[in-house]
Amino acid sequence: MELCDLSALELTRLLREKKTSAVEILQSTLQRIGQVDGRPGALDQTATDEDKEKVHSFITLTDELAYKQAAAVDADLAAGKDPGPLAGVPFTVKDIFCVKDTPSTAASRILANFTSPYTATPVEKMQAAGAVMVGKVNLDEFTYGSSTESSAFQPSTRNPWNTKHVPGGSSGGSAASVAAGEAPLSLGTDTAGSIRQPAAFCGVVGVKPSYGRVSRYGLIAFASSLDCPGPVARNVTDAAAMLQVIAGEDRHDSTAVKVSVPDYLSRLEAGVKGMRIGLSPDYFRITFPDPKTGEFCEQALPGEIEESVRHAAEVLAAMGAEIVEDVPMPNTRFGIPAYFVISRVEAASNLHRYDGVKYGLRTDRKYADLREMYKFTRNEGFGLQPKLRILMGMYVSAAQYSEQYYKRALRVRTMIRRDFETAFDPAGKYRLDALLTPTTPTTAFKMDAVYGDSVLMQYADQLTVPANHAGVPGLSLPAGLDGSQMPIGIQLLGADYTEEKLFQIGRAYEMATENEAWRRVKPAVLR
Amino acid sequence: MSEQITPEIFDHLVDLAALELSADQAEYLRKQLNNQLKSIHELEAIPLEGDVPISLHGVPYEAGESSEPREDEWHAYSDTRAILDQAPQLEDDYIVVPDIPHTSLK
Repeated sequence: MELCDLSALELTRLLREKKTSAVEILQSTLQRIGQVDGRPGALDQTATDEDKEKVHSFITLTDELAYKQAAAVDADLAAGKDPGPLAGVPFTVKDIFCVKDTPSTAASRILANFTSPYTATPVEKMQAAGAVMVGKVNLDEFTYGSSTESSAFQPSTRNPWNTKHVPGGSSGGSAASVAAGEAPLSLGTDTAGSIRQPAAFCGVVGVKPSYGRVSRYGLIAFASSLDCPGPVARNVTDAAAMLQVIAGEDRHDSTAVKVSVPDYLSRLEAGVKGMRIGLSPDYFRITFPDPKTGEFCEQALPGEIEESVRHAAEVLAAMGAEIVEDVPMPNTRFGIPAYFVISRVEAASNLHRYDGVKYGLRTDRKYADLREMYKFTRNEGFGLQPKLRILMGMYVSAAQYSEQYYKRALRVRTMIRRDFETAFDPAGKYRLDALLTPTTPTTAFKMDAVYGDSVLMQYADQLTVPANHAGVPGLSLPAGLDGSQMPIGIQLLGADYTEEKLFQIGRAYEMATENEAWRRVKPAVLR
Repeated sequence: MSEQITPEIFDHLVDLAALELSADQAEYLRKQLNNQLKSIHELEAIPLEGDVPISLHGVPYEAGESSEPREDEWHAYSDTRAILDQAPQLEDDYIVVPDIPHTSLK
């Protein structure tokens, strides 16, 4: 096993025992990137047949900066200083976070020339903890998508388990880079499932923290009431260690809460005895529009996915958890329609700042006045997905429609929140510690299979988006492979700020299933 | 259901959004908008009693959980050059914009 295949905490242990160095870890990581990644995403490129065999996690590789950071960690260790809890651990950053002196593109042409003058708080915290940033990874343009295919930087990321399939999205580069051994940790964002869905598709662990648990300062905004930065890792322990580092209040973001951050690692292996874990029939079926007729239909999930969740419930029950069946979550099906409204209104607002004046692209065409410059610049700079969100956001928030659409969607969000409050109420009927669900309605679909149908693509987030509306935390973890050898993810959802409990349950599940055969299967690009 | 976003409404939205679209893009985007609206109409199926308030975000912040507002004080930024250098057009460190079109209020 190469150094780059070890977990983050194994690497820090080896480093502290002086059995390796941060520079050696980085060299192993960069070697792996060279083997599997292919050329980085760039503007005006299309994927060749050769590209289709590679992962393409990266937009920008920051290897020079990484060598400096790794050397600094080694120097600190040699001098007897503590270089931090994640010393020498390579990590990738979704290119939606600003990092000083580094291109920060949001995978959009309109920001392709933007170099950030400051660093986002979660990245700053990772670097302060000694972690070594190896690069910025690909995503759907401005995070608008669930497959990473809408990036303006092509070739877009492909799934390490089968490069004919999408990695999910929008944090596709984050999940793929972790799955392919290009870094043990990645920083992603989750607005409707953008960490958990790609984590499930790529067979890794993804965490959407409670809203406000992690600062959004330096995150290029999509939907400000829903966006949550969070970890992607290869196991629950690493994810917990990373959240420990990035969580907490921030004077630069008033929505980053002043709620103390518990020690996520201290009770990680305390087991699940006595915990109440719920299953809901509303997460075992999906409602979606038929791509041919447009009519809405209800359908049970694929058997393999439901079986993975039920198997996990049996495993947890055998360890002493109490499984509570038939927990009603009746507003789950309204998560996507409400999201179509709320996220578009917020996206349209956030996208108005890209105007060719202060930073980013300005058109080279001749223009008569400011208004024409705006139009030419925004037409050239935005891809189809940002344009779609701007137009929908403006339509549903217009004065004559606001009551019908926007305010109604905000009230539906309250109803979705109430489902969770009822399920987790310690004095209520269910008194759950966590709800156990599938993460996604399918495993990773093929490239081009859904892209272009913006409605069907959005429904890929149907089982993840309710947690964003409610603000509650969610953890996706691998739970097996389907008949095509593609990863299946299961999801744990908890009450506000109960990430510690989700980690505890997730770790118990990992320990109980560590000898299952599927855990020995590697992604195709590593075989 | 007939198309809710007609070509006329669509063109108005495009203008408001300061966008300029090719015919192909306009056709695709208008179709996607109408399809998304069909999904949004699913919201009408949910019974909302009169007392259901709106939620601005899921987690209700209790008193003291948010940072207090900072004093509204001016602080010099350490590297204004890094910010100014991002501007597409700069003259004597002023950001230059094209002429602003004259608009008469109706």
